[in-house]
Amino acid sequence: MVNLQFIVDGLLSGSMIGLGAIGVTLTYSILRFSNFAHGDLMAWGTYSTLLVVGAIAAAFGQVAPIGPLSFGWPLIFAVVLGMGFTSVLALFIDRILFARLRAKGQMVIVVMASFGASMALRNLLEFIFTSRPTYFNRAIQMAMPVGLGIRITPDQIALLAATALLVVGVHLVLTKTQTGRSMQAVSQNMALARVVGIDVSGVIRVTWIVGSALACFAGVMVGVLVQIRPLMGMDMTLPMFAAAILGGVGSVPGAVVGGLIIGLAEAAAVQMVGAEWRLAMAFVILMAVLLIRPIGIFGVEER
Amino acid sequence: MIDLFSYGVFFLATALIFSVIALGLNLQWGLTGLFNAGVAGFVAIGAYTSAILTTPEITGRLGGFDLPITVGWLGAALATAAASAFTGFVTLRLKSDYLAITTFGVAVVVQLISLNAQSITGGPLGVSFIPRPFAALAEKPLTFNLLNLMVIVVVAATVFIVLEYLSRSPWGRVLKALREDERAAVSLGKNTRSYRIQAFAVGGAIMGLAGAMQAHFIGFIAPENYLAPLTFQIWVMLVVGGSGNNWGAIVGSILIWAIWAGSGALISLAVPTDQQARAASLQIVLIGVMLCAVLLVRPNGLLGERPVRRLTLFAKKRHSAAQNEPA
Repeated sequence: MVNLQFIVDGLLSGSMIGLGAIGVTLTYSILRFSNFAHGDLMAWGTYSTLLVVGAIAAAFGQVAPIGPLSFGWPLIFAVVLGMGFTSVLALFIDRILFARLRAKGQMVIVVMASFGASMALRNLLEFIFTSRPTYFNRAIQMAMPVGLGIRITPDQIALLAATALLVVGVHLVLTKTQTGRSMQAVSQNMALARVVGIDVSGVIRVTWIVGSALACFAGVMVGVLVQIRPLMGMDMTLPMFAAAILGGVGSVPGAVVGGLIIGLAEAAAVQMVGAEWRLAMAFVILMAVLLIRPIGIFGVEER
Repeated sequence: MIDLFSYGVFFLATALIFSVIALGLNLQWGLTGLFNAGVAGFVAIGAYTSAILTTPEITGRLGGFDLPITVGWLGAALATAAASAFTGFVTLRLKSDYLAITTFGVAVVVQLISLNAQSITGGPLGVSFIPRPFAALAEKPLTFNLLNLMVIVVVAATVFIVLEYLSRSPWGRVLKALREDERAAVSLGKNTRSYRIQAFAVGGAIMGLAGAMQAHFIGFIAPENYLAPLTFQIWVMLVVGGSGNNWGAIVGSILIWAIWAGSGALISLAVPTDQQARAASLQIVLIGVMLCAVLLVRPNGLLGERPVRRLTLFAKKRHSAAQNEPA
């Protein structure tokens, strides 16, 4: 008898992967490089949120959580600040590192620099906070049965709903607003976009802001539902890349669908093969996509 | 005095093994322009293959085939070449980033297998009792280390000479042509994918061989030897030394290993024991910043590839020509 609980677990980790993969796919299609430091932006966002939560607790004392949730307004407020901080951090790194290397025109050097930046960022976190895991909240929530043997906690429902809102919001911004159309134009042809008067550096800024804000949110989700570690971003890197490629590079809905598929596959693997092989699922799916349909589900053949 | 000399021998042996890994990476990256983000995984494949082939028989894990060390080294090179060729086969018809992502994934999966597939790799405890060359002389550390150093020097020199020969051969010139201008090379009838897979596999074989050498020099391997920082160290060694130049791979690895070992020694002297793990992560931060700084300030490293000047001039001309064309 298959336990259907893996669907909830898979959708949850799939949401985190998908939110992260949006940033990966946008960076790839607009800035044209695979950012190996994206997971570490996620970890930095989570730790910055944790610091704000700590500061609020120090200033206002313990604040009662909202309804049945494990967290109250401090976390919501802190996440917004954390998203802002992560965006500023990403813009700063772009300014001192990526933008300068981009100007030289060799994109694979930018990939290498992102690899170096990821090592530096991750180990700086480990230096400041040590490698010991930490938590937003240590209380254990009771999971409610919702039928078919599936149980879900209030936190999980709230975070799934928030993910859905964020994804729909980002999708609307990218397809319905002028900024979004400019981003699509730059991703299709940067030189031509510049010729017709699109502010390319503005588009690049928006790309970093959207990608890193979502990464921060995904990281906080990991923090609320699992735990916070300096290595949390590193462990998300492979699933995020696999999700972006599975969905089709450049496609935001694709990144989310890819993330959900990988999350579900991971959860199924945890149940059937064992939790220690979880990360291997992303690799298996990545290889299958590259062999069978390298442009991904929603990808378009590049001309 | 003897102690210092003995440490020098040990240091040089370790650094030269890193040089061999960096030479393999130089064939993939420096000569062919292939980004391998999972060097540690390929080194691990070599180390584990040789360890399984040469250790004495043991229950509870695959092998212990008790074969001679040379067979182990050969097997390591072949197994890593096969894994590299397959990785290249899957990714090298696609854009270059896919190779980077897939090799990153290979390192993750190799790490998972070395940790969890206890019946093959011994799990978290790793593999011990790997036969060391000249084990009979192990009581005299200086003689033992000197003899091992000689073996490592011979292997490193052989790899170096073969690579120098290859990079000047028609085969190596095709690889450089592919790196500089793929379309021109294709128009001359060169099969891009096949040449790249060959280069990636030969580079991988060299990494696997180095992994095996390291395993047999230390006599013990465990999964934590093959984490992402190893990949990263090798990259810094090659980039600082000068990618595209085999001398750069050797000079860079000795220099970076000296900085690494020196700062490690400084940390263990100056930092209290309970804070040493933290200080060690600062070591990686500094090396990471160094990599980014070299890429920004001196992308050709200490000893770049020699004909670089002419090539950049050519690239600039081509670039400005492209700008003058109507879009």
